[in-house]
Amino acid sequence: MDPIIILSLVQDGLVNGAIYALLAVALVLVFAVTRVILIPQGEFVAFAALSFAQIQQGLKPGTAGLLVALGIIACALDLIRDRRMLTIKLIARRLILDIALPVILYFAVAWLAPKQPGMAVAIILTLLLVAPMGPFLYRIAFRPLADASILVLLIAALGVHLALTVLGLGYFGPEGFRADPLIDGSIELGGTVIQAQQIIVVGVSLVVMLGLYVFFERTLYGKALRAVAVNRTGARLVGIPINLSGQTAFALATVIGAISGILIAPVTMLYYDSGFLISLKGFVAAITGGLSNYLLAVAGAFGVGLVQAFAAFWTSNYMEVVVFMLIVPVLVLRSLRASTVEDEE
Amino acid sequence: MSAEREGAVARSAERRCFMSGRRMIALVVAALFLVLPLLSIVPEFWVALLDYIGIGALIAVGLVLLTGVGGMTSFGQAAFVGFGAYTTGVLTTHYGVSPWLALPAAVIVTGVAALILGSFTVRLSGHYLPLGTIAWGISAFYVFGNLQILGGHDGITNIPPLSLGGHALTGVRPYWVVVWVAVILAVIATQNLLDSRLGRAIRALRQGAVAAESFGVEIARTKLIVFVFAAVLAGIAGWLYAHFQRSLGASAFGVSGGIDYLLMAVMGGTGQVYGALIGAGLVTVLRDVLQDWLPHLFGASGNYEDLAFGILLIAILQGAREGLWPMIARLFPAPKPRAVIAEVPTPAVQAAAKSTGPLLTLDTVRKRFGGLVAVNGVSFTVGTGEIVALIGPNGAGKSTLFNAVTGIAPADEGRVLLGDAPIQGDSPQNIARRGIGRTFQHVKLIPELTVLENVALGAHLHSRAGLVEAVLRLDRAEERKLFAAAAAQLKRVGMADNMHRTAGQLALGQMRVVEIARALCLNPSLLLLDEPAAGLRLKEKQALAEVLRGLRAEGMSVLVVEHDMDFVMGLADRIVVLDFGEKIAEGAPAVVRANPAVIEAYLGGVA
Repeated sequence: MDPIIILSLVQDGLVNGAIYALLAVALVLVFAVTRVILIPQGEFVAFAALSFAQIQQGLKPGTAGLLVALGIIACALDLIRDRRMLTIKLIARRLILDIALPVILYFAVAWLAPKQPGMAVAIILTLLLVAPMGPFLYRIAFRPLADASILVLLIAALGVHLALTVLGLGYFGPEGFRADPLIDGSIELGGTVIQAQQIIVVGVSLVVMLGLYVFFERTLYGKALRAVAVNRTGARLVGIPINLSGQTAFALATVIGAISGILIAPVTMLYYDSGFLISLKGFVAAITGGLSNYLLAVAGAFGVGLVQAFAAFWTSNYMEVVVFMLIVPVLVLRSLRASTVEDEE
Repeated sequence: MSAEREGAVARSAERRCFMSGRRMIALVVAALFLVLPLLSIVPEFWVALLDYIGIGALIAVGLVLLTGVGGMTSFGQAAFVGFGAYTTGVLTTHYGVSPWLALPAAVIVTGVAALILGSFTVRLSGHYLPLGTIAWGISAFYVFGNLQILGGHDGITNIPPLSLGGHALTGVRPYWVVVWVAVILAVIATQNLLDSRLGRAIRALRQGAVAAESFGVEIARTKLIVFVFAAVLAGIAGWLYAHFQRSLGASAFGVSGGIDYLLMAVMGGTGQVYGALIGAGLVTVLRDVLQDWLPHLFGASGNYEDLAFGILLIAILQGAREGLWPMIARLFPAPKPRAVIAEVPTPAVQAAAKSTGPLLTLDTVRKRFGGLVAVNGVSFTVGTGEIVALIGPNGAGKSTLFNAVTGIAPADEGRVLLGDAPIQGDSPQNIARRGIGRTFQHVKLIPELTVLENVALGAHLHSRAGLVEAVLRLDRAEERKLFAAAAAQLKRVGMADNMHRTAGQLALGQMRVVEIARALCLNPSLLLLDEPAAGLRLKEKQALAEVLRGLRAEGMSVLVVEHDMDFVMGLADRIVVLDFGEKIAEGAPAVVRANPAVIEAYLGGVA
């Protein structure tokens, strides 16, 4: 195997790893705050990538309609669940935030997209379209289960994944999309060519992770989320609203998912159901960190990216098998480290 | 309970050996159920649907046992369907093997695959286990889709149909009988398994694994048996599927298939065998209906029924987490109580370990949790036929010491001897085998099982029956003896009247007494009781003390942790006082009570 190939595989691995690292961080974040193992994270990635590509190509993105649908469902369910404590103000707030805003966004996108707006507008529209989906889904599926076991939440997460995949097919259709690169061009370094896009992927993901670090370490809101992660009851007692922190965690995860989607949209062809495998690899990374350690999760993500790149070279048919079976020893180790004396339920 | 009534129950047990009226009705219904769809009045379309329901039910029954009863949630069950289906597909198309001969091969291949995957899966804890099943579930899908011998992504076609006596079972009607005979056998086998020694161990996995360990149940092995049993049912379903469908493709055996099967189990009620049939029926019918009209709604083809399934799954979790079967079960009368043969002598206390010295010796035992030293160099002994009380404020290290003696959380340093034999570092199962029975501070009974069944778990080590005996009901004589012994111990502690209630219905104090009966069922020479009197009323405490004195008179040794001083002072021969992990006093009750260090530990020093 010559060094040029090794170098280019490492390069691929690092680019993939950067994406998985973003996802892994989001997954750890959501798990810590809500105990939800967010399988649908992959759908956010795929939907963002497809929307971004569609807007570039002058098409109305499928997410526009999907967001309106989710907003209506979330609004209706919340109004039913909270029917005993409704006020005019609350109803108006819900109607504006959950229905009016997505509808306005829908028409804005429908009007802007055919004009094939610039890169910046496409990015902003994609973020606006995808980001609210997480909080909507939290309110639809997970809020009523907030006190359920991790297992029940996991099954629910798979249910959401199943439903979202089908909705993805309905709103995006079966065709794959690939976006234009954010920046064209490449540089040559030590005999290999590095695409500008690849540098952007790694750079942006590092910046986002740094931003998250500052958020959690330096801001009161970030610290409040960490408090919920450490002890839900304790956080509730000092006045941190659990419900809102769940929504915030989901919102952050969706934004991170959307950024990942925009980053990989130009790198590879994506379909409505491509997200599942991508997010599962984020999981493999997150589990390396025991779903709790951000640094280990990021390290695991780059590991997964590298393994995948080399497995794709040696045995492309069984690439996924290699990646997913690698998680097994990690799971076994994690289980052995978990306490042997069972918790009181 | 009067002797007369016990006699009547015993007689009814004998009658039940023959065919009872109820069983006759069940047989007639089953026969009608099997024959009716053969007649042309039932449309072919419905029979085909029922065939698919049967295949799904077979998988769901295994999943109920695995997930609902055994507490292991698997998203990878479709992989085992694939192992069974591909085995028969390859053997019958490439090698011309008869489908009937391919069946044992399919069972073996699935079983071996389950042994390999299960060997690590059952060791995964908490949510790592379902994530693990997703990992190998996806891997299996890619292997199926890429192996050339399995036809790659094109799959296998032209699989021969089953044939019986030269007649090919190609239509949906003949196949109906094959499928549902398999389902009925699977349900009977699963019910038999659940109502057995092994079944009680399986039911203890989800809520009381530590308790089960303390009575000799090998957790990993028991989990693996359940895992393989469920996988083999899925493999048989795969075999049926292959010869019914006559062609195979990897897409049926991925994780989304696994989610469908889990939905069947969750929908019916994860703990309920019959729920699996309801769940399989609803999911299959629903899919058929939705496949008809959802694509029209969306104006394109696709697996739109998954949308409904996803929503349904969430709705069930939010609205009816117990599934649908419990709602249906309420319509039926409660099952009759288990028959117990009347007279069995209460077994004598096991001959104490051969030693002239004390029965239990703790020698400078230390246990650390991270930076916290929970038990710091504690030594004391318990003599044969002696009641020793271990007291101390909360957090003194009493329960930690219990866990160190019983092997749940072994000590870091020091020695624990039973007689002359060192037992530190031994597994809980072996320590139970050596004759140490225990109860728990936080009661660990299985709420859905009857008191009698819970107590019978204590006698796990005194019986042998395994999977085969349980499924074929060859364990009945042994079971009768087990239950007689359990009933005798319940009588000894004064709980005979409650033996047929489910443990979840009891008051906390009663549960503690039931735990003592369970520990006695082990026939121990040393009994470790963790706060047995907590939650008992005065009269009950007196009765409990009387029972313990009786055991002591028979030569039983007891080590008891208790906060109720009146109870301890009146009962114990000797008292050991712990504070912050160290022994601060030891001696006769009157001496300990007057010890200034003890008074300070309990009431605090004068500031």
